[in-house]
Amino acid sequence: MTVYKAPHTSGAKVKFESRYQNYIGGAFKAPRKEQYFENISPVNGKPFCEVARSTAEDVEAALDAAHRAAPAWGKTAPAKRAEILNKIADRMEQNLEMLALVETWDNGKPIRETLAADLPLAIDHFRYFASCIRAQEGTCAELDDNTVAYHFKEPLGVIAQIIPWNFPLLMAAWKLAPALAAGNAVVLKPAEQTPAGISVWAHLVGDLLPPGVLNIVHGFGVEAGKPLASSDRVAKVAFTGETTTGRLIMQYASENIVPVTLELGGKSPNLFFADIFDKSDDYADKAMEGFAMFALNQGEVCTCPSRALVDKKILGQFRERAVERVKNHAVPGNPLDTDTTVGAQASKDQLEKILSYIDIGKKEGAEVLLGGARAELEGDLAGGYYVQPTIFSGDNRMRVFQEEIFGPVVSMTSFDGFDDAIQIANDTLYGLGAGVWTRDGNTAYRAGRAIQAGRVWTNCYHLYPAHAAFGGYKQSGMGRETHAMMLNHYQQTKNLLVSYDPKPMGFF
Amino acid sequence: MDVPDRVVATPGAVTLIRALRTRHGPLMFHQSGGCCDGSAPMCYPRGEFKAGHSDLFLGDLDGEPFFIGAKQYDVWGHTQLIVDVVEGRGAGFSLEAPTGMRFLAKARVFTREERDLLATQRLLHGDEVELALVTAGG
Repeated sequence: MTVYKAPHTSGAKVKFESRYQNYIGGAFKAPRKEQYFENISPVNGKPFCEVARSTAEDVEAALDAAHRAAPAWGKTAPAKRAEILNKIADRMEQNLEMLALVETWDNGKPIRETLAADLPLAIDHFRYFASCIRAQEGTCAELDDNTVAYHFKEPLGVIAQIIPWNFPLLMAAWKLAPALAAGNAVVLKPAEQTPAGISVWAHLVGDLLPPGVLNIVHGFGVEAGKPLASSDRVAKVAFTGETTTGRLIMQYASENIVPVTLELGGKSPNLFFADIFDKSDDYADKAMEGFAMFALNQGEVCTCPSRALVDKKILGQFRERAVERVKNHAVPGNPLDTDTTVGAQASKDQLEKILSYIDIGKKEGAEVLLGGARAELEGDLAGGYYVQPTIFSGDNRMRVFQEEIFGPVVSMTSFDGFDDAIQIANDTLYGLGAGVWTRDGNTAYRAGRAIQAGRVWTNCYHLYPAHAAFGGYKQSGMGRETHAMMLNHYQQTKNLLVSYDPKPMGFF
Repeated sequence: MDVPDRVVATPGAVTLIRALRTRHGPLMFHQSGGCCDGSAPMCYPRGEFKAGHSDLFLGDLDGEPFFIGAKQYDVWGHTQLIVDVVEGRGAGFSLEAPTGMRFLAKARVFTREERDLLATQRLLHGDEVELALVTAGG
């Protein structure tokens, strides 16, 4: 067990600057209106730095810088672009512990997770897309003896990206690595809840990229995000967030006729078939761990397995083991302690929203099997935003089964046979993730294909390796990240249709 | 018994709505769903968000129209939405974020009697009310 020292205390591995500016054209620049907002750590509920509160003027300055940089970056050899992405990854790896602590303080998540997941995955993402862009080839088709169709991949130009607060650096990596690899310049708007990590990161790696290729504009959605998303100077908008903003971004994009990729969350079902308890072995244990995954990252994951669908034949035993598992293994604590598995929710309003959903669940008549309240921690953590991991038992038409709570809350119900399981699994507006747990390969395959979701974890959950596509069905959005196919979302296709026939066609 | 309101605002929410209206003019709400700041009501300048046939008009908050996706309402309709405010930070492009306050949708479950009354009313779709609102709201 290690307890990291809190930033700004004696011996801490991190000291934040008092103020973070925008990163535009390779330099840190104050917002034109010289306004700032306080950034609060959810660990203790206290402000720890100020951040640029940008407006449309700053977005325009960032777009100017991006447009100046995009042509040369797009023509930079893929090998050179890959080399830079690899250098970014190397420098992040050399500073992994520092960045992990920054991320924990900014977001509230446990240091165990930033050390073992957020940072290693983000680092690997830059390396992955460095590899992908070097390996990418255009195509050529020999249409007939004299005619050839060449297909070249070209960058789109200047990209707008708006990222969420649940995995600040990892979501930045998911968006930036493919866009930059493909030769685009980017204007990125981080979430206003978690602006510090990306700023520290920009200080660390900014010099590796040509000025203007990467631009970061901080601020509130309505003041900075909207001018960016609605700008007629961007060639594409990528967004992760919720459905109403997703629709608004599509609406703006329709005015400019530019593509969008959207990742808008889910209400992911996690299916447990009766044979998981056929033996009492490591696999049965693994399945229960898979259930408890709803508490990972405090439930602030778009694919949180927040609906547990359990075969009615094993419901009694499952409930017992599930409660036991979560009670013993998912306990809110000091995010700076490497033994802590559940940290703080990312913001005050997020905490309030989760508590209001717990209240709705109780009013709807869902049974509380565990938790059901705020977690009160002591000492320095007393002002932080902690919630007890909560297990509801109820019916799939209850609102706690239908809406993404984005907290450590799971709603459990039972199914009667395969068809019922699939019907309940698909009775949702969303289709981002799902889990299937069974010892039977045929059942696993059929369930995985029948569930309307972009990813079905089979006998595992919450793995996010690069080279496995991630994206939504239904209202969960469009586009597939974390795979080479994401390059296509950041590229144009240029077709050269060439005749090598020396003779005229003979038409005119 | 009168048909109950499908959506209501707390006094705190009404105060914030009035402050936003003074600053931004006529407003509108759309109930979000999904990731991150989802499940929160979003507040925009009137007409900024295109409420269409896939949306339902649930009522108004201090005169400002409130919409929700029809499919979402299928699973929310048994509850009354109670729009409140909490301290908060950001959420999409919602107008109140820079004020340090955030709208939040709480809820209460309708009684059987209330649900029967509500079932007698046909809800208007977004595309049926938009024009009337723009005309009325100026």
